[in-house]
Amino acid sequence: MRQTKILIVDDELSVRSSLEEWFLEDGFNVKSAESAEDALTKMHAGPYDLILLDIKMPGMDGITLQKKIKDIDPNAIIIIMTAYASVDTAVEALKLGAFDYVTKPFDPDDLSRLIRNALKQKDLTEENQNLKEKISELTGIDEIIGQSEEMKRVFEMVQTVAETDSTVLIRGESGTGKELIARAIHSHSKRRYFPIVAVNCGAIPETLLESELFGHEKGAFTGAQYRRKGKLELANGGTLFLDEIGDITSKMQVDLLRVLEGKRFTRLGGNEEIQVDFRLICATNKNLEKLVEQEIFREDLYYRINVFTIVIPPLRERRADILPLAEHFMRKYARSMSKPVKKFSADAQQMLLSYPWPGNVRELENAIERAMVVGKKAEIHTEDLPLHLNGGSNGSGNGVSLEEVERLHIQKVLKETGGNVTRTASLLGIDRVTLYNKLKKYGIQR
Amino acid sequence: MSSNTIYLAFINNHFPPFWQNLAEDLNRCVPYPFSHLHLDLDLSLFYSGERNQYHSTYLLSTILQHVPDDGRKIIGITDVDIFIPILTFLFGEAQLNGIGAVVSTYRLRNEFYGLPPNPLLLYKRTLKEILHELGHTLGLVHCPNFECIMHSSTYVEDIDLKHEFFCARCQNIIGVNCSKS
Repeated sequence: MRQTKILIVDDELSVRSSLEEWFLEDGFNVKSAESAEDALTKMHAGPYDLILLDIKMPGMDGITLQKKIKDIDPNAIIIIMTAYASVDTAVEALKLGAFDYVTKPFDPDDLSRLIRNALKQKDLTEENQNLKEKISELTGIDEIIGQSEEMKRVFEMVQTVAETDSTVLIRGESGTGKELIARAIHSHSKRRYFPIVAVNCGAIPETLLESELFGHEKGAFTGAQYRRKGKLELANGGTLFLDEIGDITSKMQVDLLRVLEGKRFTRLGGNEEIQVDFRLICATNKNLEKLVEQEIFREDLYYRINVFTIVIPPLRERRADILPLAEHFMRKYARSMSKPVKKFSADAQQMLLSYPWPGNVRELENAIERAMVVGKKAEIHTEDLPLHLNGGSNGSGNGVSLEEVERLHIQKVLKETGGNVTRTASLLGIDRVTLYNKLKKYGIQR
Repeated sequence: MSSNTIYLAFINNHFPPFWQNLAEDLNRCVPYPFSHLHLDLDLSLFYSGERNQYHSTYLLSTILQHVPDDGRKIIGITDVDIFIPILTFLFGEAQLNGIGAVVSTYRLRNEFYGLPPNPLLLYKRTLKEILHELGHTLGLVHCPNFECIMHSSTYVEDIDLKHEFFCARCQNIIGVNCSKS
């Protein structure tokens, strides 16, 4: 175990030597400095766990020295030593980040307790930092699989924008992993230790969306028995992720615009104005420009959210990612189902590669999950994959438009499930709202 | 007399109760011969009027000048209240891995805390404090084991909690074997 290092900074020899002796008896590695300059030289030479600093010294005073020490090592724990006459200065030092102060002469027990507490706090801070780094590693961009050039470009953009506080608009078809990208941006940003709060605007009716976002006071409406914080408040300090932003109503657009402009709002039924601080990330699979043209989506809101755009290409445009993704999902489900990791047969690989994947990554994941459930052999074969993949293998590249492929595919799966929308949406790897929108768009009857 | 002798130096005729037993009891843990010494010192040289206490480090340096030729170490025992500038008081001060130490019985007495005198308790505290400082002169630092004599004591009650010997780990470090009678 590394020996704890303590630096004593005091111009009085008797103080330095007696403290050195005291700490040596406690088994610490102790060094002392007789002046601010000496202390700074020693700080540059190596890190110290704890610094005891006399506030009144000739030349550079303790407060200035404290700032300089913090510049060298922002994590340094500083304890100010002071005489009764300079307690005010010590308080100023505390405001500037000193751990505590002790008045000379110290009670031995006070000194022991102070050192113990300071070192405990340092240990906790370091442990906390290590755990946060581990969490960061676990939730980082690495969990997003993508070897294609297209996805490498997306990752570069994520890294670039994550460091800023800019509003991000993520565009891409349903199932391309827009939320994963939003989470990756959040986990690489300065706000990563605060929550990312996701709201699927398309899945919540307008009346509920308002309460969901803004929260409500007790009695704001029938059934509002308790005060409830909204997502805007919950995202304070962190990131607010508004998925399906293209689906919100005109009224919500106005309300949202107002919040985004001032970062202030009131809960439903409340009068108190609440100030929030969040980073906004939006996602949509809609053509927002077209919606603006049709005056369905407000132009001012469009410009407010369209600051930095990341477009996630559909899976069919980055075929290099299909097999790595399929293998990733296979390993994932092998783990969760406690099954051995399998291989894909050559036929199965071919089938996966030639299918257009209109439901994108989500559809691929569902197909692999199904194959892991039904597959009995050491390899995953074509028969383990959903039946509709067979039909899809010939569906691309025959001059048929993408929309037509999608329409036919939805019809086919819907037929297979006997018109069950939930099951169809699950097989297609899209949510029910998206499926309803597509049924409406293509005029498909259940 | 062996050149390994550890001298217990009683300053200005201050003899704590049962002091004749100290050498034998210390010998249970420290396998060197102990001997007694009387020191007459002008303590006023170390007195601080401002604090009404005696400067421990100065006192210790004077004690060090009185190590007999055959002496290995010297432990001064005084009844005055000692201090170092940065601390309000001390029970004792030692040279880590050095020759000498000083122990004050001033704050080991029950009377200091408004309690009736207890000579046996004072003897035990004195014995423990001497052994603690002796441990420092033998190179031991403070021990996390609260029952070990080398555990740091900032209250007299801490001293009462400790045993009158080194823990197994500390014994191992300095290569001694305490016999617990």
